[in-house]
Amino acid sequence: MSDRDVIIIGSGPAGYTAAVYAARARLAPLVLEGSVTAGGALMNTTEVENYPGFAEGIMGPSLMDQMRRQAERFGAELVTDDAVELALDGPVKTVVDGSGRTHRSRAVILAMGSGYRELGLPDEKRLSGHGVSWCATCDGFFFRDQEIAVVGGGDSAMEEATFLTRFASRVHVIHRRDELRASKVMQERALNDPKITIQWNSLVTGIDGDDKVSAIRLADTVTGTERVLPVTGLFIAIGHDPRSELVQGQVDLDPEGYVLVDAPSTRTNLAGVFAAGDLVDHTYRQAITAAGTGCAAALDAERYLATLADQSTTQPAPEQTAAAV
Amino acid sequence: MPVTTVTDQSFTESVLQSDKPVVVDFWAEWCGPCRMVSPVLEELSNEHEAIKFVKLNVDENPQTAASYRITSIPTLNVYSGGQVVKQIIGARPKSAIVAELRDYL
Repeated sequence: MSDRDVIIIGSGPAGYTAAVYAARARLAPLVLEGSVTAGGALMNTTEVENYPGFAEGIMGPSLMDQMRRQAERFGAELVTDDAVELALDGPVKTVVDGSGRTHRSRAVILAMGSGYRELGLPDEKRLSGHGVSWCATCDGFFFRDQEIAVVGGGDSAMEEATFLTRFASRVHVIHRRDELRASKVMQERALNDPKITIQWNSLVTGIDGDDKVSAIRLADTVTGTERVLPVTGLFIAIGHDPRSELVQGQVDLDPEGYVLVDAPSTRTNLAGVFAAGDLVDHTYRQAITAAGTGCAAALDAERYLATLADQSTTQPAPEQTAAAV
Repeated sequence: MPVTTVTDQSFTESVLQSDKPVVVDFWAEWCGPCRMVSPVLEELSNEHEAIKFVKLNVDENPQTAASYRITSIPTLNVYSGGQVVKQIIGARPKSAIVAELRDYL
């Protein structure tokens, strides 16, 4: 099989926008969209009100569906699978997908985004899907008239808590400090909501329940006292980490795991490897900024491939010279 | 065969009394990850005869979802002889779903 021009790893606004641009440049990109994560973080949101061009707002999954179809329309090949192994060094990159197939390309665009941070408690995984959730919009519905908790103090925690009041009888926001990190608008919305109670200075130290969450245990960060809060649901919104494990040791990362690029370009330390979206950005983290860097990555890759093509026509590759001798 | 729709009313007959094993996709319109799973199930349904694929909208059919204590969607429950014999919670790629369903396909 001949080598491709470009493989894009990850979907979301960065990956799909890169795919639209690369496809229109006739680079026939392969997009490994991710299995569980296809569409990216916006698949778990409801209304997106700040994406330009949608005056009335648009649902996150619809926006991603539009981007996906736009990429497909211009010939991007979309595969709903993960990349599990990458070799990014050298002129030809190899990417192994979750089905064990190996793909080869001259350029790779990394757009794996970020993943939900976990509390790291022993019962968290066991009760995941049984009361422990990272997706209020997916699972909130099942907690009608029940008492539930949201962990976190940022915008996404406030958004989830506010959203969950549609269903729950009471939403406890568990926050480890005595003030919230969320933007003023989101804070006010949550603080003024009669169904929301903030549990200040509180750490979740345990999750109880045999086959379903029945309570959480909280420690007071000031007094150290422990208490039990009976809830049937625990929504975790304590932030995100870049999904860079796969490229660790190959591509330069910052101490928090974000991919380092030669800004304002999207070039990484490896020739032919570009990175975009939340995998790189810990400052803005918006759908529109991810789409913007996805576009930049496709243009950077296109230029890189053009340079390669120039080189191969002006000077014979080393192996060809050797064969001639 | 395309994936068919079941409801609270038809669940007993279509699922619990089915002579073939049945995969039930618990889903809703507002669930983003559900949208990733449904085309995969359509494909599987067309490829496999030994098992029936159906979907149940949890919004419209709260009784069934509640009685099987569904608290997260998408959830795929496999029923055989009226009993839940397998549960897959969360969206997965086709290959992973096939691997999980291997005993029934």
